[in-house]
Amino acid sequence: MKSFLQEVNEKINGVPVQRCYHCRKCTAGCPMTQAMEHNPNRVIKMIQMGRREAVLNSATIWLCVSCETCITRCPNEVDIARMMDVLRQMAIETGVGAKEKNILKFHEAFLANIRRGGRINEPSLMVEYKLKSGDLFSDMAMGLDMFMKGKLSLISPRTKDMESVRRIFEKTRQS
Amino acid sequence: MLKVSYYPGCSLHGTAKEYDQSVRSVSRALGIDLEEVEDWSCCGASSAHSTNFKLSIALPARDLITAEKKAQDVMVPCAACFNRFKTAEHHLCHDPALKAEIEEIVGGRYQGSVAIRNPIDIIVSDIGLEALSAKVVKKLAGLKPVSYYGCLLLRPPEVCHFDDAENPVLLDRILTTLGAEARPWSFKTDCCGGSLTISKTAIVTKMVDKLMKMAREAGANCLVTACPICTANLDMRASAGAGLPVFYFTELAALAMGQEGTEGWFKLHQTDPRPLLKELKLL
Repeated sequence: MKSFLQEVNEKINGVPVQRCYHCRKCTAGCPMTQAMEHNPNRVIKMIQMGRREAVLNSATIWLCVSCETCITRCPNEVDIARMMDVLRQMAIETGVGAKEKNILKFHEAFLANIRRGGRINEPSLMVEYKLKSGDLFSDMAMGLDMFMKGKLSLISPRTKDMESVRRIFEKTRQS
Repeated sequence: MLKVSYYPGCSLHGTAKEYDQSVRSVSRALGIDLEEVEDWSCCGASSAHSTNFKLSIALPARDLITAEKKAQDVMVPCAACFNRFKTAEHHLCHDPALKAEIEEIVGGRYQGSVAIRNPIDIIVSDIGLEALSAKVVKKLAGLKPVSYYGCLLLRPPEVCHFDDAENPVLLDRILTTLGAEARPWSFKTDCCGGSLTISKTAIVTKMVDKLMKMAREAGANCLVTACPICTANLDMRASAGAGLPVFYFTELAALAMGQEGTEGWFKLHQTDPRPLLKELKLL
């Protein structure tokens, strides 16, 4: 059986994470450490130690905003932002799910919206996210204000060749 | 006349319509002819790459393959779309096996033949600041913006190939050319948390407030961006009383060029910039 480290490296398909020499520059520049239970450097250590469950079931991997500051500054070119994507995908694929449920629900609503119209329609995305998350009332006043200003377009142009968009979703579907 | 393909992306047809309209208006005045990419679809943004790598490459690949039918650069004003396009280009050019698979998924060949450009780059490199300066009829005197580049135009540098990833200057140069007094500050490239603005609002508000505080400390009276996600986030998520007006750089370019319709864009902002502009006699 492959180790957690091997699996993560294969999916990153680039510089192996063990090239990290723990200088923690990633962590010093990370805008989200304030909200994470494990900082980015610690996630690398945990992967090396095989702590699969703790990593995949962490809020950290969902809170990463993909600002790419870590990979920009890493002296060893370890792509930590890509690593976080890989870990999120592993959490989904292995059925661990998302510790930060609403973040995944937002992503799901977003992709469902593309799948339906080829392009995002912001009001229907918000409705879909709210129904999925149960977070019905936040931002209502702001949404109404935006609507009154004419900033929200209830109907927006869609992609015509939806067949090609659906085909992409079908063929990239993860088991 | 410089002819380029134009990929507005979803935001520019919705909450960032003032960015779309001001990009079009400024482009027209500068002799950039925009031809919208035919029947484009969404780039997938953060949600695709966070959850499904192949989808995150295939979606922009569909648009790039369409854009390649015209032999001209493609302008991508949204920093998020720009980043996803550049990332797809990077992977498709460096990973032949992935390229073959994506081509099969999308049903077309990708040549890598069109350059993906953001409007800052096109204005500075192709039009030139002198030509821009020649179009300025109303110097933005008294306007003290900080340039906010955010993440997605710049990082990672080996993918984006734009400006200096740690200390970008091109937006500052445009603003200076427009007669504004761009303020130096250290937070040009700090993340505003935009991708979590809906799902983790409390965290994001802290990040936005910090940027606003630092902009004020730098002596700024507004922030300027080239990203609809940064703009929406900065404009909407600051705590009450903490926010400064936020502009798309093209709105300010249009204002300095004396173009019509600017006030209609400013009305759409959450933090109304009109009192500031009136006080400075720019409106």
